[in-house]
Amino acid sequence: MTNMNQTVARETADQDTPVVAVEASKPAHGSVEEGKTVGKPFSDKAKFKLRDVEVFYGENRAIKNISLDIARNEVIAFIGPSGCGKSTFLRCLNRMNDSIDSCRVTGSLMLDDIDIYDPKRDVVELRARVGMVFQKPNPFPKSIYENVAYGPRIHGLANRKADLDEIVENSLRKAGLWDEVKDRLDATATGMSGGQQQRLCIARAIAVSPEVVLMDEPCSALDPIATAKVEELIAELSESYTIVIVTHSMQQAARVSHRTAYFHLGNLVEVNETSKVFTSPEHELTESYITGRFG
Amino acid sequence: MPVNKDNVYGDHISHKFNTELMELKTEFLEMGGLVEAQVDGAIHALIEGDAHEAEEIRARDKIVDKMEMDIDEEATLIIARRQPTARDLRLVISVIKMVADLERVGDEAKKIAKLAIKLSEEGQAPRGYVEVRHIGQHVKTMLQDALDAFARLDSEQALRIMKEDKRVDEEYQAATRALLTFMMEDPRNISRCMSVMWVLRALERVGDHACNIAENVIFMVKGEDVRHTSVEEAERVVGR
Repeated sequence: MTNMNQTVARETADQDTPVVAVEASKPAHGSVEEGKTVGKPFSDKAKFKLRDVEVFYGENRAIKNISLDIARNEVIAFIGPSGCGKSTFLRCLNRMNDSIDSCRVTGSLMLDDIDIYDPKRDVVELRARVGMVFQKPNPFPKSIYENVAYGPRIHGLANRKADLDEIVENSLRKAGLWDEVKDRLDATATGMSGGQQQRLCIARAIAVSPEVVLMDEPCSALDPIATAKVEELIAELSESYTIVIVTHSMQQAARVSHRTAYFHLGNLVEVNETSKVFTSPEHELTESYITGRFG
Repeated sequence: MPVNKDNVYGDHISHKFNTELMELKTEFLEMGGLVEAQVDGAIHALIEGDAHEAEEIRARDKIVDKMEMDIDEEATLIIARRQPTARDLRLVISVIKMVADLERVGDEAKKIAKLAIKLSEEGQAPRGYVEVRHIGQHVKTMLQDALDAFARLDSEQALRIMKEDKRVDEEYQAATRALLTFMMEDPRNISRCMSVMWVLRALERVGDHACNIAENVIFMVKGEDVRHTSVEEAERVVGR
Protein backbone atom coordinates (compact mmCIF):
# COMPACT_ATOMS: atom_id res chain seq x y z
CA MET A 1 0.00 0.00 0.00
CA THR A 2 2.97 2.27 0.50
CA ASN A 3 3.47 4.51 -2.47
CA MET A 4 7.08 4.82 -3.37
CA ASN A 5 6.52 7.89 -5.52
CA GLN A 6 6.07 9.67 -2.29
CA THR A 7 8.87 12.07 -1.60
CA VAL A 8 9.16 12.66 2.04
CA ALA A 9 11.21 15.53 3.25
CA ARG A 10 11.58 15.75 6.92
CA GLU A 11 12.99 18.23 9.31
CA THR A 12 14.31 17.47 12.73
CA ALA A 13 11.40 16.75 14.96
CA ASP A 14 11.48 19.04 17.90
CA GLN A 15 10.33 16.69 20.62
CA ASP A 16 10.59 19.22 23.37
CA THR A 17 8.52 21.99 21.94
CA PRO A 18 7.28 23.93 24.94
CA VAL A 19 3.59 24.30 25.52
CA VAL A 20 2.76 27.82 24.57
CA ALA A 21 -0.40 29.56 23.61
CA VAL A 22 0.36 31.75 20.65
CA GLU A 23 -0.29 35.26 21.79
CA ALA A 24 -3.52 36.72 20.55
CA SER A 25 -2.60 39.24 17.94
CA LYS A 26 -5.02 41.59 16.27
CA PRO A 27 -5.03 40.57 12.66
CA ALA A 28 -6.38 43.04 10.18
CA HIS A 29 -9.66 42.17 8.53
CA GLY A 30 -9.35 39.23 6.23
CA SER A 31 -5.61 38.80 6.35
CA VAL A 32 -3.72 35.74 7.47
CA GLU A 33 -0.04 35.41 8.06
CA GLU A 34 1.40 32.16 6.80
CA GLY A 35 2.57 29.81 9.53
CA LYS A 36 0.96 31.93 12.20
CA THR A 37 -1.98 30.43 14.04
CA VAL A 38 -3.84 32.39 16.70
CA GLY A 39 -5.27 30.72 19.80
CA LYS A 40 -3.98 27.52 21.33
CA PRO A 41 -2.61 25.14 18.71
CA PHE A 42 -0.31 23.33 21.15
CA SER A 43 -0.98 20.94 23.98
CA ASP A 44 1.05 19.24 26.67
CA LYS A 45 -0.82 15.95 26.13
CA ALA A 46 -0.08 15.68 22.44
CA LYS A 47 -1.03 12.47 20.65
CA PHE A 48 -0.06 14.02 17.33
CA LYS A 49 2.75 16.52 17.19
CA LEU A 50 2.67 18.14 13.76
CA ARG A 51 5.29 20.74 12.86
CA ASP A 52 5.78 22.88 9.76
CA VAL A 53 3.60 20.61 7.70
CA GLU A 54 3.26 21.42 4.00
CA VAL A 55 1.39 19.45 1.39
CA PHE A 56 1.87 19.86 -2.34
CA TYR A 57 -0.26 18.55 -5.17
CA GLY A 58 2.28 18.90 -7.95
CA GLU A 59 3.18 22.59 -7.92
CA ASN A 60 0.15 23.54 -5.90
CA ARG A 61 0.83 24.09 -2.21
CA ALA A 62 -2.37 22.90 -0.51
CA ILE A 63 -1.16 23.13 3.09
CA LYS A 64 1.05 26.01 4.12
CA ASN A 65 3.36 25.60 7.05
CA ILE A 66 0.95 24.30 9.66
CA SER A 67 1.98 23.36 13.20
CA LEU A 68 -0.54 21.75 15.52
CA ASP A 69 -0.82 19.38 18.45
CA ILE A 70 -3.77 17.03 18.75
CA ALA A 71 -4.22 15.96 22.35
CA ARG A 72 -4.90 12.46 23.61
CA ASN A 73 -8.64 11.71 23.94
CA GLU A 74 -9.70 15.02 22.55
CA VAL A 75 -12.25 15.62 19.85
CA ILE A 76 -10.89 18.24 17.50
CA ALA A 77 -12.95 19.59 14.62
CA PHE A 78 -11.46 20.96 11.42
CA ILE A 79 -13.68 23.55 9.78
CA GLY A 80 -13.29 25.89 6.84
CA PRO A 81 -14.64 26.63 3.38
CA SER A 82 -14.29 24.12 0.56
CA GLY A 83 -10.75 23.81 -0.69
CA CYS A 84 -9.21 25.19 2.48
CA GLY A 85 -7.12 22.08 3.04
CA LYS A 86 -8.86 20.56 6.04
CA SER A 87 -9.45 17.17 4.42
CA THR A 88 -5.96 17.14 2.92
CA PHE A 89 -4.49 17.82 6.35
CA LEU A 90 -6.66 15.14 7.95
CA ARG A 91 -5.54 12.60 5.37
CA CYS A 92 -1.90 13.25 6.25
CA LEU A 93 -2.54 11.80 9.68
CA ASN A 94 -2.77 8.22 8.39
CA ARG A 95 -1.12 8.73 5.02
CA MET A 96 -4.25 8.46 2.96
CA ASN A 97 -2.61 10.95 0.60
CA ASP A 98 -0.10 8.25 -0.37
CA SER A 99 -2.47 7.03 -3.05
CA ILE A 100 -2.28 10.34 -4.89
CA ASP A 101 0.83 10.30 -7.07
CA SER A 102 1.40 14.03 -7.28
CA CYS A 103 1.03 14.51 -3.54
CA ARG A 104 4.07 15.40 -1.48
CA VAL A 105 4.16 15.98 2.27
CA THR A 106 6.94 17.81 4.11
CA GLY A 107 7.49 18.70 7.72
CA SER A 108 7.43 16.62 10.87
CA LEU A 109 4.36 14.51 11.67
CA MET A 110 4.70 12.50 14.85
CA LEU A 111 2.19 10.08 16.34
CA ASP A 112 3.38 9.63 19.92
CA ASP A 113 7.03 8.88 19.23
CA ILE A 114 6.75 7.43 15.76
CA ASP A 115 7.34 9.35 12.57
CA ILE A 116 4.24 8.90 10.41
CA TYR A 117 6.13 9.59 7.17
CA ASP A 118 9.12 7.39 7.89
CA PRO A 119 9.63 5.64 4.51
CA LYS A 120 10.09 2.35 6.37
CA ARG A 121 6.79 2.74 8.18
CA ASP A 122 4.27 -0.05 7.65
CA VAL A 123 1.24 1.91 6.50
CA VAL A 124 -1.16 -0.91 7.22
CA GLU A 125 -0.04 -0.98 10.82
CA LEU A 126 -0.26 2.82 10.97
CA ARG A 127 -3.83 2.72 9.70
CA ALA A 128 -4.73 0.13 12.30
CA ARG A 129 -3.68 2.69 14.90
CA VAL A 130 -5.28 5.59 13.06
CA GLY A 131 -8.63 4.49 11.67
CA MET A 132 -10.80 6.43 9.30
CA VAL A 133 -14.47 6.96 8.55
CA PHE A 134 -15.40 8.57 5.26
CA GLN A 135 -18.06 10.94 4.05
CA LYS A 136 -20.11 8.27 2.30
CA PRO A 137 -20.70 5.03 4.15
CA ASN A 138 -18.60 2.45 2.35
CA PRO A 139 -19.30 -0.98 3.80
CA PHE A 140 -17.85 -4.01 2.03
CA PRO A 141 -20.45 -5.88 -0.04
CA LYS A 142 -20.44 -8.61 2.54
CA SER A 143 -22.43 -9.47 5.63
CA ILE A 144 -22.64 -7.15 8.61
CA TYR A 145 -20.55 -9.62 10.62
CA GLU A 146 -17.85 -9.87 7.97
CA ASN A 147 -17.55 -6.11 7.68
CA VAL A 148 -16.57 -5.81 11.32
CA ALA A 149 -14.61 -9.07 11.50
CA TYR A 150 -12.46 -8.32 8.47
CA GLY A 151 -9.98 -5.96 10.16
CA PRO A 152 -9.37 -7.99 13.33
CA ARG A 153 -8.91 -11.09 11.19
CA ILE A 154 -6.25 -9.67 8.87
CA HIS A 155 -4.47 -8.06 11.80
CA GLY A 156 -4.54 -11.37 13.67
CA LEU A 157 -6.37 -9.92 16.66
CA ALA A 158 -8.49 -13.02 17.17
CA ASN A 159 -7.45 -16.65 16.90
CA ARG A 160 -10.68 -18.33 17.79
CA LYS A 161 -14.17 -17.81 16.45
CA ALA A 162 -15.38 -16.96 19.94
CA ASP A 163 -12.82 -14.14 20.24
CA LEU A 164 -13.85 -12.75 16.89
CA ASP A 165 -17.52 -12.93 17.87
CA GLU A 166 -16.71 -10.97 20.97
CA ILE A 167 -14.83 -8.27 19.06
CA VAL A 168 -17.69 -7.96 16.57
CA GLU A 169 -20.28 -7.66 19.31
CA ASN A 170 -18.25 -5.15 21.31
CA SER A 171 -17.55 -3.01 18.28
CA LEU A 172 -21.18 -3.01 17.22
CA ARG A 173 -22.21 -2.17 20.76
CA LYS A 174 -19.77 0.72 20.94
CA ALA A 175 -21.11 1.96 17.62
CA GLY A 176 -24.64 1.81 19.05
CA LEU A 177 -25.69 -0.68 16.40
CA TRP A 178 -25.82 -4.00 18.22
CA ASP A 179 -29.47 -3.96 19.21
CA GLU A 180 -30.51 -3.08 15.67
CA VAL A 181 -28.52 -5.79 13.92
CA LYS A 182 -27.89 -8.62 16.39
CA ASP A 183 -30.57 -10.80 14.79
CA ARG A 184 -29.33 -10.32 11.25
CA LEU A 185 -25.55 -10.37 11.39
CA ASP A 186 -25.48 -12.47 8.26
CA ALA A 187 -27.56 -10.00 6.27
CA THR A 188 -25.73 -8.00 3.66
CA ALA A 189 -24.45 -4.67 4.91
CA THR A 190 -25.48 -2.76 1.82
CA GLY A 191 -29.12 -3.42 2.68
CA MET A 192 -28.90 -1.26 5.79
CA SER A 193 -30.01 2.38 5.99
CA GLY A 194 -27.40 5.09 5.36
CA GLY A 195 -27.14 5.95 9.05
CA GLN A 196 -26.73 2.29 9.99
CA GLN A 197 -24.11 1.82 7.29
CA GLN A 198 -22.13 4.75 8.63
CA ARG A 199 -22.26 3.42 12.17
CA LEU A 200 -21.19 0.05 10.78
CA CYS A 201 -18.18 1.77 9.22
CA ILE A 202 -17.41 3.28 12.62
CA ALA A 203 -17.76 -0.18 14.19
CA ARG A 204 -15.41 -1.53 11.52
CA ALA A 205 -12.91 1.23 12.26
CA ILE A 206 -12.89 0.61 16.01
CA ALA A 207 -12.84 -3.19 15.69
CA VAL A 208 -9.06 -3.11 15.26
CA SER A 209 -8.68 -1.08 18.49
CA PRO A 210 -7.26 2.07 16.95
CA GLU A 211 -5.96 4.91 19.09
CA VAL A 212 -7.26 7.59 16.78
CA VAL A 213 -10.34 7.78 14.59
CA LEU A 214 -10.32 10.24 11.71
CA MET A 215 -13.72 11.26 10.40
CA ASP A 216 -14.09 13.06 7.10
CA GLU A 217 -17.54 14.65 7.10
CA PRO A 218 -19.08 11.51 8.60
CA CYS A 219 -22.61 12.88 8.72
CA SER A 220 -22.93 14.81 5.49
CA ALA A 221 -24.88 12.00 3.84
CA LEU A 222 -27.07 11.28 6.85
CA ASP A 223 -30.47 12.50 8.03
CA PRO A 224 -30.75 14.46 11.31
CA ILE A 225 -31.68 11.42 13.41
CA ALA A 226 -28.77 9.35 12.10
CA THR A 227 -26.54 12.39 12.54
CA ALA A 228 -27.61 12.73 16.16
CA LYS A 229 -26.78 9.07 16.74
CA VAL A 230 -23.32 9.42 15.23
CA GLU A 231 -22.69 12.54 17.30
CA GLU A 232 -23.79 10.73 20.41
CA LEU A 233 -21.35 8.02 19.46
CA ILE A 234 -18.51 10.49 19.02
CA ALA A 235 -19.06 11.73 22.56
CA GLU A 236 -18.86 8.18 23.91
CA LEU A 237 -15.88 7.20 21.78
CA SER A 238 -13.91 10.23 22.91
CA GLU A 239 -13.48 8.52 26.28
CA SER A 240 -11.21 5.92 24.71
CA TYR A 241 -10.08 7.42 21.41
CA THR A 242 -8.67 10.59 19.98
CA ILE A 243 -11.06 11.85 17.34
CA VAL A 244 -10.34 14.23 14.51
CA ILE A 245 -13.41 15.27 12.58
CA VAL A 246 -13.72 17.33 9.43
CA THR A 247 -17.17 18.83 9.14
CA HIS A 248 -19.02 21.34 7.04
CA SER A 249 -21.65 21.70 9.70
CA MET A 250 -20.49 24.34 12.12
CA GLN A 251 -23.22 23.42 14.54
CA GLN A 252 -21.86 19.90 14.51
CA ALA A 253 -18.36 21.16 15.30
CA ALA A 254 -19.85 23.24 18.09
CA ARG A 255 -21.73 20.26 19.49
CA VAL A 256 -19.14 17.49 19.39
CA SER A 257 -15.66 18.95 19.61
CA HIS A 258 -13.45 20.16 22.44
CA ARG A 259 -11.26 22.25 20.19
CA THR A 260 -11.96 23.71 16.78
CA ALA A 261 -9.39 24.49 14.11
CA TYR A 262 -10.25 26.92 11.35
CA PHE A 263 -8.52 26.46 7.98
CA HIS A 264 -8.40 29.05 5.24
CA LEU A 265 -6.65 28.70 1.85
CA GLY A 266 -4.21 26.15 3.20
CA ASN A 267 -3.46 28.09 6.37
CA LEU A 268 -4.40 27.14 9.89
CA VAL A 269 -5.87 30.44 11.02
CA GLU A 270 -7.10 29.74 14.51
CA VAL A 271 -7.29 26.91 17.02
CA ASN A 272 -9.18 27.43 20.23
CA GLU A 273 -11.59 25.80 22.65
CA THR A 274 -14.78 25.25 20.73
CA SER A 275 -16.77 27.31 23.23
CA LYS A 276 -14.51 30.26 22.52
CA VAL A 277 -14.51 29.84 18.75
CA PHE A 278 -18.28 29.97 18.54
CA THR A 279 -18.87 32.81 20.99
CA SER A 280 -15.89 35.09 20.53
CA PRO A 281 -13.33 33.90 18.02
CA GLU A 282 -9.98 35.64 18.03
CA HIS A 283 -9.44 35.94 14.31
CA GLU A 284 -11.59 38.05 12.04
CA LEU A 285 -11.55 35.38 9.34
CA THR A 286 -12.86 32.74 11.73
CA GLU A 287 -15.60 35.13 12.75
CA SER A 288 -16.52 35.86 9.15
CA TYR A 289 -16.73 32.19 8.32
CA ILE A 290 -18.71 30.94 11.29
CA THR A 291 -21.18 33.81 11.17
CA GLY A 292 -21.91 33.19 7.51
CA ARG A 293 -20.23 36.29 6.06
CA PHE A 294 -17.89 34.66 3.68
CA GLY A 295 -16.00 35.78 2.06
CA MET B 1 -10.84 42.47 17.15
CA PRO B 2 -11.26 45.38 14.80
CA VAL B 3 -14.89 46.21 14.29
CA ASN B 4 -16.21 47.80 11.18
CA LYS B 5 -18.87 49.78 12.98
CA ASP B 6 -20.91 50.75 9.96
CA ASN B 7 -21.73 47.26 8.90
CA VAL B 8 -21.05 44.94 11.80
CA TYR B 9 -24.28 42.98 11.49
CA GLY B 10 -24.95 43.61 7.85
CA ASP B 11 -22.61 41.62 5.65
CA HIS B 12 -23.92 38.07 5.79
CA ILE B 13 -24.33 36.00 2.68
CA SER B 14 -28.00 35.81 3.62
CA HIS B 15 -29.60 39.24 3.19
CA LYS B 16 -32.61 38.09 5.12
CA PHE B 17 -30.38 37.37 8.10
CA ASN B 18 -28.95 40.91 7.84
CA THR B 19 -32.44 42.32 7.85
CA GLU B 20 -33.50 40.23 10.83
CA LEU B 21 -30.55 41.39 12.94
CA MET B 22 -31.02 45.01 11.87
CA GLU B 23 -34.69 44.88 12.79
CA LEU B 24 -33.89 43.37 16.16
CA LYS B 25 -31.47 46.20 16.83
CA THR B 26 -33.86 48.87 15.61
CA GLU B 27 -36.77 47.56 17.63
CA PHE B 28 -34.63 47.41 20.74
CA LEU B 29 -33.64 51.04 20.25
CA GLU B 30 -37.27 52.02 19.68
CA MET B 31 -38.22 50.35 22.93
CA GLY B 32 -35.29 52.15 24.57
CA GLY B 33 -36.59 55.46 23.28
CA LEU B 34 -40.06 54.81 24.64
CA VAL B 35 -38.72 53.74 28.05
CA GLU B 36 -36.53 56.84 28.20
CA ALA B 37 -39.59 58.99 27.53
CA GLN B 38 -41.50 57.11 30.23
CA VAL B 39 -38.85 57.91 32.87
CA ASP B 40 -38.66 61.51 31.72
CA GLY B 41 -42.44 61.87 31.77
CA ALA B 42 -42.76 60.24 35.18
CA ILE B 43 -40.27 62.63 36.76
CA HIS B 44 -41.98 65.57 35.06
CA ALA B 45 -45.42 64.45 36.24
CA LEU B 46 -44.11 64.09 39.77
CA ILE B 47 -42.42 67.44 40.01
CA GLU B 48 -45.27 69.32 38.30
CA GLY B 49 -47.89 67.40 40.27
CA ASP B 50 -49.55 66.47 36.98
CA ALA B 51 -51.80 63.49 37.76
CA HIS B 52 -53.12 63.39 34.22
CA GLU B 53 -49.68 62.90 32.70
CA ALA B 54 -48.91 60.28 35.34
CA GLU B 55 -52.01 58.34 34.33
CA GLU B 56 -50.91 58.39 30.73
CA ILE B 57 -47.53 56.99 31.68
CA ARG B 58 -49.09 54.15 33.63
CA ALA B 59 -51.22 53.30 30.61
CA ARG B 60 -48.28 53.40 28.23
CA ASP B 61 -46.42 50.77 30.23
CA LYS B 62 -48.58 48.18 28.47
CA ILE B 63 -46.91 49.16 25.20
CA VAL B 64 -43.48 48.67 26.79
CA ASP B 65 -44.49 45.20 27.95
CA LYS B 66 -45.77 44.31 24.50
CA MET B 67 -42.52 45.45 22.92
CA GLU B 68 -40.55 43.26 25.31
CA MET B 69 -42.52 40.20 24.25
CA ASP B 70 -42.24 41.03 20.56
CA ILE B 71 -38.48 41.49 20.71
CA ASP B 72 -38.06 38.29 22.72
CA GLU B 73 -40.04 36.41 20.14
CA GLU B 74 -38.02 37.82 17.31
CA ALA B 75 -34.77 36.90 19.05
CA THR B 76 -36.07 33.37 19.65
CA LEU B 77 -36.93 33.02 15.97
CA ILE B 78 -33.48 34.19 14.92
CA ILE B 79 -31.89 31.54 17.15
CA ALA B 80 -34.21 28.87 15.79
CA ARG B 81 -33.71 29.82 12.15
CA ARG B 82 -30.12 30.94 12.00
CA GLN B 83 -28.22 29.40 14.90
CA PRO B 84 -26.20 32.60 15.17
CA THR B 85 -22.58 32.43 16.29
CA ALA B 86 -19.89 34.80 17.55
CA ARG B 87 -20.86 38.48 17.41
CA ASP B 88 -24.30 37.70 15.98
CA LEU B 89 -24.93 35.33 18.87
CA ARG B 90 -23.68 37.90 21.35
CA LEU B 91 -26.03 40.51 19.89
CA VAL B 92 -29.08 38.24 20.14
CA ILE B 93 -28.27 37.03 23.65
CA SER B 94 -27.52 40.56 24.86
CA VAL B 95 -30.73 41.92 23.39
CA ILE B 96 -32.72 39.23 25.19
CA LYS B 97 -31.14 40.27 28.47
CA MET B 98 -31.19 44.01 27.91
CA VAL B 99 -34.82 43.96 26.88
CA ALA B 100 -35.62 42.61 30.35
CA ASP B 101 -33.71 45.55 31.83
CA LEU B 102 -35.64 48.01 29.70
CA GLU B 103 -38.92 46.46 30.75
CA ARG B 104 -37.90 46.84 34.38
CA VAL B 105 -37.01 50.46 33.79
CA GLY B 106 -40.51 50.84 32.37
CA ASP B 107 -41.88 49.35 35.59
CA GLU B 108 -39.88 51.80 37.67
CA ALA B 109 -41.33 54.68 35.61
CA LYS B 110 -44.79 53.29 36.24
CA LYS B 111 -44.03 53.12 39.96
CA ILE B 112 -42.90 56.75 39.94
CA ALA B 113 -46.06 57.75 38.05
CA LYS B 114 -48.19 56.03 40.68
CA LEU B 115 -46.37 57.85 43.48
CA ALA B 116 -46.75 61.08 41.49
CA ILE B 117 -50.53 60.64 41.56
CA LYS B 118 -50.50 59.94 45.29
CA LEU B 119 -48.28 62.94 46.05
CA SER B 120 -50.27 65.26 43.80
CA GLU B 121 -53.42 64.37 45.76
CA GLU B 122 -51.70 65.29 49.01
CA GLY B 123 -50.91 68.77 47.64
CA GLN B 124 -47.95 70.90 48.68
CA ALA B 125 -44.60 70.09 47.14
CA PRO B 126 -42.84 67.91 49.65
CA ARG B 127 -39.18 68.01 50.47
CA GLY B 128 -36.70 66.04 48.43
CA TYR B 129 -37.74 67.15 44.96
CA VAL B 130 -34.35 68.77 44.39
CA GLU B 131 -32.76 65.37 44.92
CA VAL B 132 -35.34 63.68 42.68
CA ARG B 133 -34.62 66.13 39.90
CA HIS B 134 -30.89 65.76 40.30
CA ILE B 135 -30.71 61.95 40.48
CA GLY B 136 -33.43 61.71 37.84
CA GLN B 137 -31.37 63.76 35.42
CA HIS B 138 -28.33 61.67 36.21
CA VAL B 139 -29.93 58.26 35.55
CA LYS B 140 -31.76 59.55 32.48
CA THR B 141 -28.43 60.52 30.99
CA MET B 142 -27.00 57.13 31.91
CA LEU B 143 -29.86 55.34 30.20
CA GLN B 144 -29.54 57.52 27.14
CA ASP B 145 -25.80 56.94 26.99
CA ALA B 146 -26.25 53.18 27.44
CA LEU B 147 -28.62 53.02 24.48
CA ASP B 148 -26.26 55.19 22.53
CA ALA B 149 -23.33 52.91 23.40
CA PHE B 150 -25.43 49.98 22.17
CA ALA B 151 -26.31 51.72 18.91
CA ARG B 152 -22.69 52.65 18.22
CA LEU B 153 -21.10 49.55 19.79
CA ASP B 154 -19.03 51.87 21.93
CA SER B 155 -17.49 49.84 24.74
CA GLU B 156 -15.61 52.84 26.13
CA GLN B 157 -18.82 54.76 26.64
CA ALA B 158 -20.30 51.65 28.25
CA LEU B 159 -17.38 51.60 30.66
CA ARG B 160 -18.03 55.24 31.61
CA ILE B 161 -21.62 54.32 32.47
CA MET B 162 -20.43 51.51 34.73
CA LYS B 163 -18.34 54.07 36.58
CA GLU B 164 -21.26 56.54 36.80
CA ASP B 165 -23.33 53.96 38.63
CA LYS B 166 -21.15 54.32 41.70
CA ARG B 167 -21.83 58.06 41.79
CA VAL B 168 -25.58 57.50 41.55
CA ASP B 169 -25.38 55.13 44.50
CA GLU B 170 -23.58 57.80 46.51
CA GLU B 171 -26.10 60.45 45.55
CA TYR B 172 -28.89 58.10 46.54
CA GLN B 173 -27.31 57.53 49.95
CA ALA B 174 -26.94 61.28 50.48
CA ALA B 175 -30.54 61.94 49.44
CA THR B 176 -31.78 59.25 51.80
CA ARG B 177 -29.92 60.87 54.67
CA ALA B 178 -31.42 64.27 53.80
CA LEU B 179 -34.94 62.83 53.75
CA LEU B 180 -34.35 61.12 57.09
CA THR B 181 -33.43 64.50 58.53
CA PHE B 182 -36.68 66.01 57.22
CA MET B 183 -38.63 63.20 58.79
CA MET B 184 -36.94 63.68 62.14
CA GLU B 185 -37.54 67.42 62.02
CA ASP B 186 -41.28 66.98 61.68
CA PRO B 187 -43.05 63.62 61.89
CA ARG B 188 -45.89 65.00 59.75
CA ASN B 189 -43.45 64.81 56.84
CA ILE B 190 -42.94 61.08 57.23
CA SER B 191 -45.63 59.78 54.89
CA ARG B 192 -44.73 62.14 52.06
CA CYS B 193 -41.00 61.71 52.59
CA MET B 194 -41.46 57.94 52.41
CA SER B 195 -43.13 58.33 49.01
CA VAL B 196 -40.24 60.44 47.80
CA MET B 197 -37.85 57.79 49.12
CA TRP B 198 -39.61 55.22 46.96
CA VAL B 199 -39.21 57.50 43.98
CA LEU B 200 -35.50 57.86 44.66
CA ARG B 201 -35.20 54.13 45.09
CA ALA B 202 -36.90 53.63 41.70
CA LEU B 203 -34.51 56.09 40.07
CA GLU B 204 -31.53 54.39 41.62
CA ARG B 205 -32.76 51.12 40.11
CA VAL B 206 -33.00 52.80 36.70
CA GLY B 207 -29.30 53.58 37.07
CA ASP B 208 -28.60 49.92 37.88
CA HIS B 209 -30.46 48.79 34.76
CA ALA B 210 -28.57 51.29 32.61
CA CYS B 211 -25.41 49.83 34.08
CA ASN B 212 -26.54 46.28 33.20
CA ILE B 213 -27.16 47.40 29.63
CA ALA B 214 -23.68 48.91 29.53
CA GLU B 215 -22.17 45.61 30.73
CA ASN B 216 -24.00 43.78 27.98
CA VAL B 217 -22.68 46.23 25.40
CA ILE B 218 -19.13 45.43 26.54
CA PHE B 219 -19.93 41.74 26.17
CA MET B 220 -21.30 42.32 22.69
CA VAL B 221 -18.26 44.22 21.56
CA LYS B 222 -15.48 42.45 23.43
CA GLY B 223 -16.91 38.98 23.95
CA GLU B 224 -16.11 38.98 27.65
CA ASP B 225 -18.57 38.99 30.49
CA VAL B 226 -17.83 41.88 32.84
CA ARG B 227 -20.78 41.39 35.16
CA HIS B 228 -19.84 40.84 38.78
CA THR B 229 -16.28 41.99 38.16
CA SER B 230 -14.45 45.08 39.34
CA VAL B 231 -14.33 48.27 37.31
CA GLU B 232 -10.58 47.66 36.91
CA GLU B 233 -11.31 44.30 35.27
CA ALA B 234 -13.85 45.92 32.95
CA GLU B 235 -11.25 48.57 32.11
CA ARG B 236 -8.79 45.84 31.16
CA VAL B 237 -11.35 44.15 28.91
CA VAL B 238 -12.33 47.38 27.19
CA GLY B 239 -8.70 48.42 26.80
CA ARG B 240 -7.80 45.25 24.92
